[in-house]
Amino acid sequence: MRSLTNLLNRRGSASTAKERLRLLLIHDRSTLPPGAMEALRDELIEVISRHVDVDRAAVRIEIAQEGRSQRLLAEIPLKKVNNRLPDDF
Amino acid sequence: MNGRVITVTSGKGGVGKTTATANIGAALADLGKKVVCIDADIGLRNLDVVMGLENRIVYDIVDVVEGRCKLRQALIRDKRLEELYLIPAAQTRDKNAISPKDMVRVCDELRKDFDYILIDSPAGIERGFKNAIAPADEIVIITNPEVSAVRDADRIIGIVEAEQKGPAKLVVNRINMDLVEKGDMLAVADVLELLAVDLIGIVPDDQAVLVSTNRGSPIALEARSKTGQAFRDVARRLTGEQVAFTKANGGGFLGRISQLIRTGSRPGSK
Repeated sequence: MRSLTNLLNRRGSASTAKERLRLLLIHDRSTLPPGAMEALRDELIEVISRHVDVDRAAVRIEIAQEGRSQRLLAEIPLKKVNNRLPDDF
Repeated sequence: MNGRVITVTSGKGGVGKTTATANIGAALADLGKKVVCIDADIGLRNLDVVMGLENRIVYDIVDVVEGRCKLRQALIRDKRLEELYLIPAAQTRDKNAISPKDMVRVCDELRKDFDYILIDSPAGIERGFKNAIAPADEIVIITNPEVSAVRDADRIIGIVEAEQKGPAKLVVNRINMDLVEKGDMLAVADVLELLAVDLIGIVPDDQAVLVSTNRGSPIALEARSKTGQAFRDVARRLTGEQVAFTKANGGGFLGRISQLIRTGSRPGSK
């Protein structure tokens, strides 16, 4: 009977605790000082833009957890290349 | 002999470090190992009372370090187990009375005569904690299934890794299966997923622990106690024996747990 009530009412306080801890631990484990992510993002865009056109608004940088190690993930979409032939062709 | 030094720590206070140290020590001695438990909580000693040896203290670890007695003279033999000893902390001094180097020196001496040297760490991450982990070959982290204890355990695990003492092994203490089933307590699998470390014990929340502490007699020596069994299982795992986590010893969800242990988990991974 208990498991039935459980199924109907799945969100006990334990799931709240787990979610809070998940976010807390990502924050606690992070070695980046506040503001560093934004600075990193801006500088990455600047460097890469020297070589290719970057879709600035869509750039995403985040820290992902794998077991106890962290990984910096950057997703940097490029602007569509203009494939039109030059006019004087 | 070349004894192993195992430090029991937690970050947060009051999660059951001292109780765990006394019980794992007693269980190892009961397996026929020669064991010494060291109380590294200088100024707030308690391992002596949990082991029921408070009336036998003459010298303590600070006396050893400062040369007022021989190491041998500070060893207090347990009442019940021939091969179990205690080195008490000083009560009237503070953590700075000894250094990490002193602890390493004392433990290196003890390695010659004992199979296991268990160190009961103070709470926190200051000097006393540093003293406690300096000589460790292995770290056992005690946590409870609640937010602040798990958070502090995570911090300690990080420090232990950075100090190259890892991988730490985890004991989830005071689990209440009724609350877990109701969804109001973190399950062991949740804690493991969050902390991503190896599990070495699951100990139920049990009022009998209070009774055994009142008497100064570790519950690990009570053959019929499930909690005692849980501590005995930790001791056997420390010796390298494979002991399954079953529902009987408070585990349940065996599949999930062993799966987590094998694969490592990925909290927050996308």
